Amino acid sequence: MVTSNHPPVADWATDFDHTDPVWAKDPYPIWEELRTTCPVAHSDRFGGTWLPVTHEHVAAIAYDTEHFTSRAVVVSEQRPGPDDLPAPIGVAPPITSDPPFHNLARRIMLPPFSPKRIEELEPFTRQLCDDLLDALDGRDDVDAAIEYAQHIPVRVIAKMLGFPESDADYFRHVIHLILEEGVTIAADSEERMKESAGVDAYFDAQIEDHRANPRDDLTSYLLDVELGGNKLAHEHVRGTMLLLLVAGIDTTWSAIGAALWHLAKTPADRARLRAEPDLIPFAVEEMLRAYAPVTMARLVAKDVEIGGQDLHEGDWVLLPFPAANRDPEFFENADQVLIDREENRHSAFGLGIHRCLGSNLARMELRVAMQAWLDRFPDFELTDPSTVTWAAGQVRGPRSIPVTVLARA
Amino acid sequence: MRVSVDATKCQGHNRCYSIAPELFDVDDFGMASAIGDGTVPPELEDKARLAKANCPEYAITIEE
Repeated sequence: MVTSNHPPVADWATDFDHTDPVWAKDPYPIWEELRTTCPVAHSDRFGGTWLPVTHEHVAAIAYDTEHFTSRAVVVSEQRPGPDDLPAPIGVAPPITSDPPFHNLARRIMLPPFSPKRIEELEPFTRQLCDDLLDALDGRDDVDAAIEYAQHIPVRVIAKMLGFPESDADYFRHVIHLILEEGVTIAADSEERMKESAGVDAYFDAQIEDHRANPRDDLTSYLLDVELGGNKLAHEHVRGTMLLLLVAGIDTTWSAIGAALWHLAKTPADRARLRAEPDLIPFAVEEMLRAYAPVTMARLVAKDVEIGGQDLHEGDWVLLPFPAANRDPEFFENADQVLIDREENRHSAFGLGIHRCLGSNLARMELRVAMQAWLDRFPDFELTDPSTVTWAAGQVRGPRSIPVTVLARA
Repeated sequence: MRVSVDATKCQGHNRCYSIAPELFDVDDFGMASAIGDGTVPPELEDKARLAKANCPEYAITIEE
């Protein structure tokens, strides 16, 4: 799972690396130490990267679209220059777009992801979860990530886009390449160019099919919707499809997996949720706070000072919302996972204009997946904690969670 | 008690609508607003405070 080919980190304050296996396994002690010793750390890796770890600094950067650009949001070995990407659209609008174009591109995507539209997908999601659980019938040892969590978001987003659900494995492969291997393999390498062309061809075929046979799904919506009186550019449609696949799958799979991992190792919380199912919405928010999967990134657009450090134009900046969510200056008992935490102003879905477009979808999937699992397996535990593996990079979550079923309903 | 949502701050996190749908509604874009003139019945005052305390954008104001 861990695909970094970088040397081990020597010193987290001066040489950090978010693709390091130590970070993947347990980044919380790293952030905790940096918060007191070096709250805006710098590393020469990836050509120069900054790491703020307090809520205050992460929020300040998220809100500052003047000094920080979203032109690139995944830190990699090659940073795009101002002319390398189709500004202001970016490769995957609206996540890679800056104001003022950002608002136009975002506004057309908000309605299909609004709370009321997402509610309509809940029965489909519940059925999907129940079908996955049916397939585990009769077994005591199952993998909550590989056999359950990883299949849920990919099939929901495939349904939304009107792509064949049977292509789910291909989508996961594409995402793995972008989010994990893509970070350390050069973008212009033969392997990545070939993959990238393959993805474009896949999207082109879907677009062509939807043009010929329009239907009630997101792809037809993207082909039909207008921006300033014009249909979306072909690159815009393809870029948004890429965004929905990349942003909608690993992230939620990680959140579902982390929640099940937490419950598998915490008997008291399993018992409490069985006894008090009304707590589930609070538990969902606490899982999102404590195990937020997504660290975003920005490029510095204009020189700026943050926390006494001078950030220069072109530098990478990691935006670790998971670290902000553990800041004791902002949360009481920040390092404790409290499933009945009522006041929980977490930023798992970001802050400001780039608030996760799919947050309503992700939250619904997490709640339904937890509920369906607990309804079927009221009691379960980690088979062997040492065999749980975690993905490295900007989307962190468990990729294998072997559990033993202790009670089934 | 009366609640209001600052539309310039709301980013559509949907926390208030999840916690207190009796007090907040969301539009087709997922952006929140107070229902009616925002008046909070006494039995919903705790929910109003909870909604305010969970807004990541500090977009909710309560007048007591």
